[in-house]
Amino acid sequence: MKVSAIITLKKDVLDPQGKVIHQALDGMGFENINEIRQGKYFEIDVNENDPNKAKAVVEDMCKKLLANLVIENFKIIETQ
Amino acid sequence: MKSSVITFPGSNCDRDMDVALKKFGFNNKMVWHDDNELPKSDLVVLPGGFSYGDYLRCGSMASKSRIMQSVINFAKSGGLVMGICNGFQILVETGLVPGVLLRNKYLEFICKNVFVKLDNKENTYFKNLNKNILEFHIAHNEGNYFCTKDQLKEIKDNNQIAIYYCNSEGKIEDQYNPNGSIKNIAGIFNKEKNVLGMMPHPERMIDESLSGEDGSIFFKNLINNIK
Repeated sequence: MKVSAIITLKKDVLDPQGKVIHQALDGMGFENINEIRQGKYFEIDVNENDPNKAKAVVEDMCKKLLANLVIENFKIIETQ
Repeated sequence: MKSSVITFPGSNCDRDMDVALKKFGFNNKMVWHDDNELPKSDLVVLPGGFSYGDYLRCGSMASKSRIMQSVINFAKSGGLVMGICNGFQILVETGLVPGVLLRNKYLEFICKNVFVKLDNKENTYFKNLNKNILEFHIAHNEGNYFCTKDQLKEIKDNNQIAIYYCNSEGKIEDQYNPNGSIKNIAGIFNKEKNVLGMMPHPERMIDESLSGEDGSIFFKNLINNIK
């Protein structure tokens, strides 16, 4: 089954890319933005039918490689 | 004295480091990332470059490569491991030294000479060094050192800050911070001080007529300390 993981920067971590994107959008006329934070999105097809087991595997992947827990949080979403 | 330089796919300062180590008397071996065993070494160097194309996060893929388990075991048994630039990024990803390296504050690749100030000399790397301020070269896009408040307190309490960005007089101020690093930190140790990670490249400062000689001073002193 397919499981997705979203990796986002923690609140206290500076995100200069997000800031620049914010400024660019602001310059394009999107003036009602409070803040933009850039993150990462992974779609993982796990060879596992039990959703809980599949999510547990992806959680392990996030902790060991996909996210750096010093600066990032992760959220796991079952997509299929 | 035996040293090993690990080459990852995308490393590009590995041969410079090899030249520098040999110039000052190390018997250096190049080690491929996919090897299982480290040769007998007094010093292991993780060189600069762009291992695995900086995919996912700089250093993250290299930190999981096959040779790294041997490097981690070597470090945990007290062996000297030095990570320069991308090597520093690999070290933080292994967890051997605390913190992470984020993108430079102003999103620029920085390539220039900088001055760094040594914070403490009670370690094999800087013991007996006759200078406190060294001129090294930096070339990186992700050298903005970051750690949590708790980690910062811990590394300060344990004297783990190795070098700070400063000016030629050793003043550590915001204007001499090239990349936005917390507290101008350019390099840090692990708790035991046998693992050193730093962004500046001492191997690029080993020729009087081409660069400067502060790298020579560093390597000569290092080999004497290991002997």
